[in-house]
Amino acid sequence: MSTDPRSNDSSVETGAVPSGTERPAARSGAERYRAGVLKYAEMGYWDSDYEPKETDILALFRITPQEGVDPAEAAAAVAGESSTATWTVVWTDRLTACERYRAKAYRIEPVPGTPGQYFAYIAYDLDLFEPGSIANLTASIIGNVFGFKPLKALRLEDMRLPAAYVKTFAGPPTGIVVERERLDKFGRPLLGATVKPKLGLSGKNYGRVVYEALKGGLDFTKDDENINSQPFMHWRDRFLYCMEAVNRAQAATGEVKGHYLNVTAATLEDMYERAEFAKELGSVIVMIDLVIGYTAIQSMSNWARRNDMILHLHRAGHSTYTRQKSHGVSFRVLAKWMRLAGVDHLHAGTVVGKLEGDPNTVGGFYDVLREPHNAMNLQRGLFFEQDWAGLGKVMPVASGGIHAGQMHQLLGYLGEDTVLQFGGGTIGHPMGIAAGATANRVALEAMVLARNEGRDIWREGPDILAAAARHCTPLRAALDTWGDVTFDYASTDTPDFVPTPTEAA
Amino acid sequence: MRLTQGTFSFLPDLTDEQILAQIEYCLEQGWAVSIEYTDDPHPRNTYWEMFGNPMFDLKDAAGALREIQECRATYPQHYIKVNAFDATRGVESLRLSFIVGRPSEEPGFGLTREEGPGRVQRYSLRSYATQRPEGWRY
Repeated sequence: MSTDPRSNDSSVETGAVPSGTERPAARSGAERYRAGVLKYAEMGYWDSDYEPKETDILALFRITPQEGVDPAEAAAAVAGESSTATWTVVWTDRLTACERYRAKAYRIEPVPGTPGQYFAYIAYDLDLFEPGSIANLTASIIGNVFGFKPLKALRLEDMRLPAAYVKTFAGPPTGIVVERERLDKFGRPLLGATVKPKLGLSGKNYGRVVYEALKGGLDFTKDDENINSQPFMHWRDRFLYCMEAVNRAQAATGEVKGHYLNVTAATLEDMYERAEFAKELGSVIVMIDLVIGYTAIQSMSNWARRNDMILHLHRAGHSTYTRQKSHGVSFRVLAKWMRLAGVDHLHAGTVVGKLEGDPNTVGGFYDVLREPHNAMNLQRGLFFEQDWAGLGKVMPVASGGIHAGQMHQLLGYLGEDTVLQFGGGTIGHPMGIAAGATANRVALEAMVLARNEGRDIWREGPDILAAAARHCTPLRAALDTWGDVTFDYASTDTPDFVPTPTEAA
Repeated sequence: MRLTQGTFSFLPDLTDEQILAQIEYCLEQGWAVSIEYTDDPHPRNTYWEMFGNPMFDLKDAAGALREIQECRATYPQHYIKVNAFDATRGVESLRLSFIVGRPSEEPGFGLTREEGPGRVQRYSLRSYATQRPEGWRY
């Protein structure tokens, strides 16, 4: 593509706009740069003829324009404000290859079944972004546009990240394949539990929960997102007691075990100090929270890569902007950013547990985290094809209100490469924490064995669990306690495209 | 103790029929099955001895089961596991690994400690069996 700012003007001027509305065409030359205010479409941020380049970053926004605002103009405004534009014409545009740097809204379509909402496709030139920086990417794409007055609401639904851009990131420091090789655990989901109560335990009591759960059969235990270094338990104390528990459990089972030591702290220097101590104690994994910010996440990713450490990310805070369909950022976009930023574990929903999760939408998140290549799949909310260009895979973590009685559903929905975290479902077991862990492990192994044997686990799941419980009293007790617990609420974040049964002719 | 490495160690020991079903599943997925054995079950002992090469061109699961039986006959007091290797791009690693033979007595592991500064402990895990030389352990 030419960098001459005038070269594209003619095609912009004649660019077709969606039928039915009169829309001002982009202007050119002196007319374009006369001081004053133009519509964003007139400034060149709408181009229905634009063919996205293979190296363009593409974004799909759900826009809800205010009454009377033309959707294409609204899309052009989003394109403008997330790239080069300001509210008025500036002549200094003419000192740049501004045609190239302008993001282009190139397609809008109404959201099926939702009047007043439109999907707007916007293309961004690769040179608008600093290589390898999520902070820079997000400062452009979501930095300025979400409070824009002509829009009632705006949601970033999906992004296509070109291979040329993906390759500027190192990605997960460990990745699913290497994590499994390091842990020597194959063929089944990993099992974890978050220590509860999440606040208030002393270090010594906290480590007891870790020891019992790991000895009983879990692979991992976990600090919760808000356990850092509070008056009831200093971080060093927690780390020492937890690693005592991890090592004792390894001796008791002959397996590699881990506890996600949360190194989240007030400053990056504090986090480095805590992570270094975790390394000194021989931990295989450390943990951070999403609330530390994208730059801190990338710094900790680099640290984890240098120190052979698995990096667990707890998505603390994400629902403030991912949950509502009309406004915010879809979790699938956040998942893409985090795979680039480089984490090894990311909480991504359970479908069946206590937290938000439509099966197709959550399935789409899992695809984004752990497939080498995503095909477009509207039903799963994947609007673009995405090639991950050899980037490592992130292990999705399912956590929140799940129990052994759902094992067939969990394995069926989420597959093998996932960490199933049963916090209450381990620690609240009537026979104790170790028994709770054993129940989960036996249920899991029995279900994988049955699935591999070709049995229909969706249908036969409860029978398979009941049969396994005959040689495992803790599983029997778990099924008796929680077997009927379900969380049936309507999801808010659901796909817009559902297959409709066609009537037979 | 019972060593719980491998995919199915929390279940009762698999019967030959159950083992056969798992191997059939692996072959259906296009994975290559291999057999390994050891008398040093330390969790970080990555390289168990190979009982022959991975059976890349095996079509019939019964062939693998015969190899397992031969390995058990040769090493009746060792740990024996079946691995399934997936050569697909993006994996190129094991997809399943489960124990199919173990010694009659499993003495387990001892944890030794060394006191470090600031309450730090240096831990070291040692299999009681490896206190005897290789080949004389179980």
